[in-house]
Amino acid sequence: MNKTINNRAWFLVLPVLLLVAMNAIIPLMTVVNYSLQESFIAGFWDWVGTRHYEEVLGSERFHGALIRQFIFTGIILVIEVPLGVAVALAMPKKGVWASVCLVLMALPLLIPWNVVGAIWNIFALPEIGLLGWGLNELGFDYNYTNQPLAAWFTVVLMDVWHWTSLVVLLAYAGLQSIDEAYYRAAKIDGASRWAVFRFIQLPKLRTVLIIAILLRFIDSFMIYTEPFVLTGGGPGNATTFLSIDLVKAAVGEFNLGIAAAMSIIYFLMTLLVCWLFFTLMNNDRERQS
Amino acid sequence: MTAREDTAIPAAGNSPAILARAEAKPARRLRLKWLVPTLYIIFLMLPIYWLINMSFKTTNEILGGFSAYPQNFTTDSYVEILTNPAWYWGYINSLIYVTINTVISVSVALPAAYAFSRYKFVGDKHLFFWLLTNRMAPPAVFVLPFVELYSSMQLFDTHLAVALAHCLFNIPLAVWILEGFMSGVPKEIDETAYIDGYSFPKFFVKIFMPLIASGIGVTAFFCFMFSWVEMLLAKNLTTVAAKPIAAVMTRTASTSGYELGLLAAAGVLTIIPGAIVIYFVRNYIAKGFALGRV
Repeated sequence: MNKTINNRAWFLVLPVLLLVAMNAIIPLMTVVNYSLQESFIAGFWDWVGTRHYEEVLGSERFHGALIRQFIFTGIILVIEVPLGVAVALAMPKKGVWASVCLVLMALPLLIPWNVVGAIWNIFALPEIGLLGWGLNELGFDYNYTNQPLAAWFTVVLMDVWHWTSLVVLLAYAGLQSIDEAYYRAAKIDGASRWAVFRFIQLPKLRTVLIIAILLRFIDSFMIYTEPFVLTGGGPGNATTFLSIDLVKAAVGEFNLGIAAAMSIIYFLMTLLVCWLFFTLMNNDRERQS
Repeated sequence: MTAREDTAIPAAGNSPAILARAEAKPARRLRLKWLVPTLYIIFLMLPIYWLINMSFKTTNEILGGFSAYPQNFTTDSYVEILTNPAWYWGYINSLIYVTINTVISVSVALPAAYAFSRYKFVGDKHLFFWLLTNRMAPPAVFVLPFVELYSSMQLFDTHLAVALAHCLFNIPLAVWILEGFMSGVPKEIDETAYIDGYSFPKFFVKIFMPLIASGIGVTAFFCFMFSWVEMLLAKNLTTVAAKPIAAVMTRTASTSGYELGLLAAAGVLTIIPGAIVIYFVRNYIAKGFALGRV
């Protein structure tokens, strides 16, 4: 769509700008302030320059949280995206059953995140939870409260349970937009199922899949409440991801300078990834139009 | 080119056979196809079933051992929650700030999304990107500064504080979704309305908003959803007067020992508002999740 140049459009954007700026810029500046100073007595601040940043970037603890974060995000993307697309492809296209599927699949997305943690906490308890009991009955020695591997398995499974539906819904919406004529043409040409997927469905899914990967990357990168309720970051530090570590430092240890420096580094990383995806999406859009 | 014609010519010759084969193939696959979504839905429902199962048991029975369904069926946990103000006010508080947030987010996002979808203006792309980065900002980064900001505004422990704080990620999301839906409405409609003598506000409310009504519904749904599920900010911005259900749940879990049955019942009750809202938007939900961009 060709847009008119109109700088008065700023007035339409102004309320949004003010509200978001109040929530984004003031707190961000507070964090920047904290990160560059040190407070020994309440109200008195000393300028320490980049010392907090150096400390954070050099600390084993931050490296550990960062590595765990990337591994976690990588694993859930590798599972959720293909699984979501597969489910969307197999779903009924229209009718009552499509609605039933959509409603049931969307359900986990609307459960408060602390309740998601609580559900999995109960579900995975070794003695009385269905998952924990079942795995132990099958002969696996499973206890997520003291085995790092079991904790990881549970956290990943919980995230797959919680968020795969987002990918399903996005992919389903993308598939809905494909004209029936393409399928008929493919049928007449005798195209294989794989060819239909590769040359008709996948190109149409491109935009929604970029959105899906972006949202899943970003949201898994800031995951806090669910693993916190489920494992509390444990056993030990096994499931302490970036946000959990950050809140521990800020609220638990009241180490404001360090927490603030962590926040800024963390925020810049998210920003970089955002910018990459945003550019990718815009290029995609311009190519299509 | 030749290969294609080679196959095309015989296909035209005995097309009924080819077509029959083409029809038969997907039919055979269809019989197994329903398995994938069915298994997936079973996987989704099992933990929820387990929660419901727990909510109808007494704490003693839960701790007593494994059982697939309640042996001594009891609704005590639900009665306790629905009659104890300390419990049910948690739900009311949550619903209040979620509603305020949804109203604010959608009403300020509407004109902004229109501006982004119809006009070019200085800095529009940068502004849009900046808005989106706020959707991506980890709430953990903002917890402490938010507490300070809203304390200094005398808003700490009010519904408005949580509603405004959630604007951080809900407004960008609302603008993003609405912009997608609005870009699907041809521009000629605006131009015709202006020629017919409609003023901008009148056109926007009388003609444009009805056209994107489903988009507005979906946007409201998403604002509701993300405000309802977010707990880190909601919990830290409140202490007593506007305490969300999540805070009630954690506090109960720590003070009264480990009341699993009560906790499970509270969990089940938090799922219900979401389920009701999904039912209303079920036909638009997929397009909404694609942010109107399909």
